[in-house]
Amino acid sequence: MVNEPPAPAPRVAGPVPAPVAAACRSVRPAGPADVVAGVRPSAVARPASTAEASALLRAASGLGLAVVPRGAGTKIGWGSPPARCDLVIDMTGMDQVTEHAAGDLVATVQAGASLEQLAEALGAAGQRLALDPPALPVPGDGRRTRGTVGGVLAAGTAGPLRLRYGAGRDLLIGVTFVLADGTVARSGGKVVKNVAGYDLGKLLAGSRGTLALITEATFRLHPVPAATAHVAAECASAAQACELVAAAQAASISPVAAEIAWAAGPEPVRVAFALEGDPASVAGRARELAARARASGAAEVLAGAAPRWWGAFPWDGPAGGLGAAPGREAGTLVQVAFWPGDLGLVLAEIRATAAGAGAEVAVGGSAGAGILHALVPGRVPPERAAAFVSGLRGALGRALSAPLTAAPEAGQPARGQPADGQPARGQPADGQPADGLPAHGRAGPACRASAVVLAAPPAVRELVDVFGPVPGLALMRAVKSRFDPGGILSPGRFAGGI
Amino acid sequence: MTERARRARQRAGRTQAGHGGPAALAARLAAICGTGAVITDPMELRTYECDGLTAHRSCPGLVVLPQTAAEVAAVVRACADAGIPFVARGSGTGLSGGALPRADGVLIVTSRMRRILHIDPASRRAVVEPGVPNLAVSKAAAPYGLFYAPDPSSQQVCSVGGNVAENSGGAHCLKHGFTVHHVTGLEVVTPDGELTWLGDGTGTAPGYDLVGAFIGSEGTLGIVTKIVVLLTPLPQAVTTLLAAFESTGQGGAAVSAIIGAGILPAAIEMMDALSIEAAEAAVACRYPEGAGAVLIVELDGPAADVAAETAAVRELAARAGAFEIREAADPAERAAIWTGRRSAFAAVGRISPAYIVQDGVVPRTALPRVLDRIGELSAEAGLRVANVFHAGDGNLHPLVLFDDASAEQSAAAERLSGAILDECIAHGGSITGEHGVGVDKSRYMPKMFGAEDLDTMQLLRCAFDPAGLCNPGKVFPTPRLCGEVPGVRRGAHPLVAAGLAEQF
Repeated sequence: MVNEPPAPAPRVAGPVPAPVAAACRSVRPAGPADVVAGVRPSAVARPASTAEASALLRAASGLGLAVVPRGAGTKIGWGSPPARCDLVIDMTGMDQVTEHAAGDLVATVQAGASLEQLAEALGAAGQRLALDPPALPVPGDGRRTRGTVGGVLAAGTAGPLRLRYGAGRDLLIGVTFVLADGTVARSGGKVVKNVAGYDLGKLLAGSRGTLALITEATFRLHPVPAATAHVAAECASAAQACELVAAAQAASISPVAAEIAWAAGPEPVRVAFALEGDPASVAGRARELAARARASGAAEVLAGAAPRWWGAFPWDGPAGGLGAAPGREAGTLVQVAFWPGDLGLVLAEIRATAAGAGAEVAVGGSAGAGILHALVPGRVPPERAAAFVSGLRGALGRALSAPLTAAPEAGQPARGQPADGQPARGQPADGQPADGLPAHGRAGPACRASAVVLAAPPAVRELVDVFGPVPGLALMRAVKSRFDPGGILSPGRFAGGI
Repeated sequence: MTERARRARQRAGRTQAGHGGPAALAARLAAICGTGAVITDPMELRTYECDGLTAHRSCPGLVVLPQTAAEVAAVVRACADAGIPFVARGSGTGLSGGALPRADGVLIVTSRMRRILHIDPASRRAVVEPGVPNLAVSKAAAPYGLFYAPDPSSQQVCSVGGNVAENSGGAHCLKHGFTVHHVTGLEVVTPDGELTWLGDGTGTAPGYDLVGAFIGSEGTLGIVTKIVVLLTPLPQAVTTLLAAFESTGQGGAAVSAIIGAGILPAAIEMMDALSIEAAEAAVACRYPEGAGAVLIVELDGPAADVAAETAAVRELAARAGAFEIREAADPAERAAIWTGRRSAFAAVGRISPAYIVQDGVVPRTALPRVLDRIGELSAEAGLRVANVFHAGDGNLHPLVLFDDASAEQSAAAERLSGAILDECIAHGGSITGEHGVGVDKSRYMPKMFGAEDLDTMQLLRCAFDPAGLCNPGKVFPTPRLCGEVPGVRRGAHPLVAAGLAEQF
């Protein structure tokens, strides 16, 4: 697999090169608000159609211009700064809900439409896209938004509902996109059940604009539930919170979300759950869950509306709270992904690592789904925030890299965590005695957790590897070099310098 | 055999002569996997000449049955070194010829890799080898109150590795999703013989979602050797309803009413009069007499929700014209209701000498129009079509009945089956909902996708398999030459030089 570094491309001489201006009706010189992670582009183009986006990319690749796609701009600072950035493609000019086939529970929407716009269009039919990433401030603007369809897909953000409905990649059933050379292509379709051809939507979801420009997406929709309730509790310890998160996922309760929040500082550890379904059932399940929470010793058990911190990143808001506080959304935000059974261990490692690094840390996220967000506030010195990130990766690596053991006996302690580092032992598939095959290799991936920096002040970003170790990086480089051989799409923004 | 196939075989023959062919690898593969793991005997090779789609047959040059991931990697490396194509096969239950072997290639069978390596109930995950049967995962998870949700109808036999290749669904994928929603990590052997992990089992690994891209790639991007699967809590309650209607039109109206009411059943299946007749003949499922269509609706979840939804579905079905509704009160009654549905494909063999199983998808709201159109096409062709389908997601399985002793009928059946796919495409659907493209439907891909779409998909293939040795000839109608440096072609491609491929 060849992956030669792209040749250095010429920078834009003037503010807007003629071929770019000719490709798109709306092109303007870039201003200070258009900066991408500290790198200022020369121009901003706002295509109105997939055809215009295609013409733009054809022009840009002809000139060797580096291109960064942008939706609402709420996450434009995430990732590494681009190695080059000549042209920002602002997708907010493509904001139409193209088709809503309510009877089929499917909608096609342009990439620049916001999730709020989409929700409004779908809500009229009692339907929704079950994707609820945090609302974030639009740079240089007072507004907050969950983001555009394209931005949310490319950044791979999701919210509490991911426990039941998955992330954007799980709800995306078709996608139209433009390659670096202007080729317009699509994969998937308009039906949920479809295995024809490669599912390139999976590849583009979370690719942070490094493989193609997403221009249109088709989603599977869900009905708005007849009733929704939240049950929130304050736990005196992390262990108690973890127990409650595990207990809440009993089949009799079936939450669609299981969230946790632990502000910088001492306990309580807050947990909250969302229940959806038939009104009488939701009420009954909320009562059962609240009773379980009280029985476990939790205080302040409330059933009803979502708590203030629900579905937000754990920004260090006023009074050490966890709600979004305007102007306080700064700091180093790390996304920690893990196997949900390791929740207690991961929480402990996050707190211990922060303490060791001399940094405060607030933690929140989808505990039931194995996603936490750890925030080191902006007031913590950069070297301590950086020490937290690298320290956490080291700690997770030590704790969660040991080979997995065979299945525990039913009725034994539920966790199959290796205590003695024994190699994997075969468990025969159909309950027969072991077949005598030698144990070999590791049963699982190198490390069953990751810590990726989402947002960070420039001083922290310079000190850390934003993505950390990435399984399968060689194949990812090969994919990148096939899709974007000239290296013009968001160069340097992604894992491994992609 | 088509002209194209004849030419392909000739090219393959030349290639084989050129480098000694797969037989020359027998000693090296035996050194890797043991002599008992390599099959060269022509009679034994014949066992592997097709998968579940018996219309396509090709005896493999060599079969190897590795027992470990390291052995698979060494086998693939040996093939890559020799420039010999290879095809992976699980249990061989696929219905699109995705595991069709090549006479000039090696067939790598994963059926000896059938260990469940780890179950983590707290994380609701298991790590399994590719040859583990789908149902064995659910059986192993049951003591923890968990199950593996994807349930293709061949689940007793079909392998999890094959499910990964095909992104298998099943009757319950309407609510629970497909394989891609239940797999969070893969250990794979890349087409150049490297053993590597994609994803870390979390479902949110840093970097591109290569797990998602790999699942459903039909064995063209590599061979999976370990799989991290998600396990789902067993539902508190399950109800299965059987509703009998006079026509599929009434049944379809009931489906629309159920979905329109905001209910998401685990499964909604429909059978028409002819498939009911076949099922009665085969398994005496005792569905209500005189039914022109039956609907099977399964609801699962918390008990109170299931109770409320069951009442709603009963009422909606009755309002749509159901003349009898049965409700399974226990697992035995549930099994009885499903018996007819599960036996439908095989049962058609009782009422027809031969049949083609089609697999197409239309938007659910287009079902009535498409069923009418299938009726017209059936009348025009003078052939019977039995309709069995996953009504909730518009996934049709029309069974085209014909007499294979008649060349005329065989050809007409093939045309009719193809015309049904054309209808699916015309209604904005798909040429396959779950059986895959394989060799069987690659010729339909250009009807569903443009040349740019297919070329772009092949960029992914080129990233994984630049030499084009990994299950070549599947999914895509025309091979794409990858070139050594993206965007730059230098001289003749080795495959062209070897006569394995043509430059397009």
